[in-house]
Amino acid sequence: MDPKEIKERMKIPRQAMSEQDPKERVKNFYEVPQGYTPELAMQEAKRCIQCKNPLCVGGCPVNIDIPWFVRLIAEGKFVDAAKKLKETNALPAVCGRVCPQEDQCEKVCLVGKKGQPVSIGRLERFAADYEREHAEVTIPNIPKWTGKKVAVVGAGPAGLTVAGDLVKRGHKVTIFEALHVAGGVLMYGIPEFRLPKKIVESEVEYVKKMGVEIVCNAVIGKLETIDELLLNGYNAVFIGTGAGLPVFMNIPGENLIGVYSANEYLTRLNLMRAYQFPEYDTPVLRGKKVAVVGGGNTAMDAARTALRLCPEEVTIIYRRSREEMPARIEEVHHGEEEGLKFMLLTNPTRFIGDDEARLKKVECIKMELGEPDESGRRRPVPVKGSEFQIDVDVAIVAIGNGANPLIPQTSPDIKVNKWGNITVNQDTGRTSKKGVFSGGDIVRGGATVILAMGDGRKAADSIHEYLATGVW
Amino acid sequence: MFEIAEKKQLSHTVALFKIKAPMIAKKRKAGQFIIIRLNEHGERIPLTIVDSDNSEGTITIISQEVGKTTSMLGALGKGDTIMDVVGPLGKATHIENFGTAVCVGGGIGIAPVYPIAKALKAAGNKVISIIGARTKELLILEHEMRKTSDELIVTTDDGSYGHHGFVTQILQKLIDEQTKIGLVVGIGPVPMMRAVCNVTRPYKIHTVVSLNPIMVDGTGMCGSCRVTIGGKNKFVCVDGPEFDGHEVDFDELIRRNRSYLKEEKIAMEEATYHEGTRCYERR
Ligand SMILES: Cc1cc2nc3c(=O)[nH]c(=O)nc-3n(C[C@H](O)[C@H](O)[C@H](O)COP(=O)(O)OP(=O)(O)OC[C@H]3O[C@@H](n4cnc5c(N)ncnc54)[C@H](O)[C@@H]3O)c2cc1C
Ligand code: SF4
Ligand code: FES
Repeated sequence: MDPKEIKERMKIPRQAMSEQDPKERVKNFYEVPQGYTPELAMQEAKRCIQCKNPLCVGGCPVNIDIPWFVRLIAEGKFVDAAKKLKETNALPAVCGRVCPQEDQCEKVCLVGKKGQPVSIGRLERFAADYEREHAEVTIPNIPKWTGKKVAVVGAGPAGLTVAGDLVKRGHKVTIFEALHVAGGVLMYGIPEFRLPKKIVESEVEYVKKMGVEIVCNAVIGKLETIDELLLNGYNAVFIGTGAGLPVFMNIPGENLIGVYSANEYLTRLNLMRAYQFPEYDTPVLRGKKVAVVGGGNTAMDAARTALRLCPEEVTIIYRRSREEMPARIEEVHHGEEEGLKFMLLTNPTRFIGDDEARLKKVECIKMELGEPDESGRRRPVPVKGSEFQIDVDVAIVAIGNGANPLIPQTSPDIKVNKWGNITVNQDTGRTSKKGVFSGGDIVRGGATVILAMGDGRKAADSIHEYLATGVW
Repeated sequence: MFEIAEKKQLSHTVALFKIKAPMIAKKRKAGQFIIIRLNEHGERIPLTIVDSDNSEGTITIISQEVGKTTSMLGALGKGDTIMDVVGPLGKATHIENFGTAVCVGGGIGIAPVYPIAKALKAAGNKVISIIGARTKELLILEHEMRKTSDELIVTTDDGSYGHHGFVTQILQKLIDEQTKIGLVVGIGPVPMMRAVCNVTRPYKIHTVVSLNPIMVDGTGMCGSCRVTIGGKNKFVCVDGPEFDGHEVDFDELIRRNRSYLKEEKIAMEEATYHEGTRCYERR
């Protein structure tokens, strides 16, 4: 690209994506950002200066050929752009919405050094949405069956990616999913207003159309063990069971009525659609004054969900300061616009209930930041004697997830670390058990969709190799 | 979709269902449960697996109509389908030869006691069963329990059948008569289980109860089913459902089970009066 053109392109301002008005959107569960129009997308795509050594590609955990797909959008070839994306990312409509681009590709984008980076995530979302909405999604040709069968445990992003990659190479794949729908956290955790469920459903449908069999209501470890899968004709198994074990604070009153884990709260509302109770049968306590404990994406999702149930007030209680909050800046910002309150440098010490054991108050203590801890963030320490109480009738604990022990319990020969996460060879996804691979949150602890998918991709490669050679 | 292969009305509000679920039938052990979801709008509720038949590929459940979901289930019959059935969930009962085992079942709790009594009997125990109900009409599985027990005592609260009184009185009597008891299994309404544990506690008789908290996923993912056991938080769906009764915080369980009393009433009213004209109102 000649310097003059680069200069011209650098002048184009970052194109905003329209969003539902905060006042309106807190009353509904529709998606907040509304996506680019084709014109805006092309304009935004033109901001990319097509670097020879594109740093963005290195910033992407699965190394999407970003300049290429962005160029296709700039040229108006939207469907081609989507196909290009899908060569490396099986779920672009999802990743375009939920990836922390500001910490990945967009963080290192050259254009961003001087001004604002190219909106890679929004463009990714645009291309994928365009392809889907214009019914341009095509199923790739599936080669003849290799004679090999693979079982995938868990239909989250990791499992779906492995399955998609392996059917494309001619293997038969069955996914076993514990819940009544496929999608993992994308279905039960991330709310509708951030990731509409029909998008996840259509991605799952795509994987099915490629020939992957998905068996829901199948809890592996209970219905069948890993050993039984291997005995019953599966040549390899991939475990992608996620980080589904809620962590509680272990403080007094945590079992009062009205105290939820974020997993339970979000599952009731997203998966079971409690916001449409009584049209849907699953209830949830709505609460007038809601407190959410934690500062990550899960906390933000729970808080913004609570805001949509017409409370008087929703407050985030977080023990460090705003800078340390692990949630995406965009989500914190969205929450703020919607009226979310923040009580920073504060930690709950006790929940207090009435005589029916319903939550009424939470006692907190003020914190201050001390020396940096192993994560490099300054460690919060309680300020002696600074306890105070606030009125709260629903509290949501969103301080992280542990590893679900169901599979390791029934397959003791699969090695786990001291937190219960499955240990694997990082390059191949191989576990300590022959023929068994793993990846995603069950290996990493709570991580991201794209990392889970990256693990899935790597594991699919090494499963394919293992199936061909039989060498462990 | 899971088909109902057979239905038998056991009392006015209690029915037995045989559901076609061959994989679960093959795998399940005494003490385990399933979670069902009736339809697209349904909630997920746990039900104990009472029995299974490997050749038919069916599992048996018994359900009492207490809320909207159980009432809708009660309205289903042979040939109807249930959208989702997942299981077998929870840990199986620890079965060994304890010598004499006393199986105490109250009301609908007789259903989960039955498979345990059967397994204990098969393991060579002398099984003494005490089953009770409010009134004769509500007594279930008497015939089956009689078949699997060396001795069966029936009680009704109103004296309409068997011994007039509570299951705990019979249990106390057995203890007073110096019966050597290796294990007591007590399952029924939470206050009954608490009462059973209060009877056996002074004698340090190993007592196992099966808990029935509110569940969502049933796989340890949500924590809805947490109960304090021996001062520690346990997830009933994966750590249980059976626990040492002397360690269970029954009061907490009773309170937590009341979490959605108001919502349950709304759901029932809505199901009874507004069927067909459902609309979403903010409350
Ligand atoms: C509320 C919330 C918000 C998040 N927001 C973001 C975000 O904005 N951006 C982002 O990148 N990441 C986000 N994450 C993290 C991201 O969702 C996860 O890192 C990702 O989903 C992990 O994928 P996975 O495939 O490893 O596991 P999961 O998505 O957890 O899927 C695992 C699946 O396995 C099933 N399963 C478990 N045990 C068994 C069993 N024994 N047998 C059969 N099936 C089983 C589960 O039911 C589940 O469906 C968020 C997480 C949460 C909880
Ligand atoms: S770093 Fe930015 S400008 Fe360069 S290729 Fe990537 S998106 Fe385009
Ligand atoms: S029901 Fe969700 S953890 Fe037990």
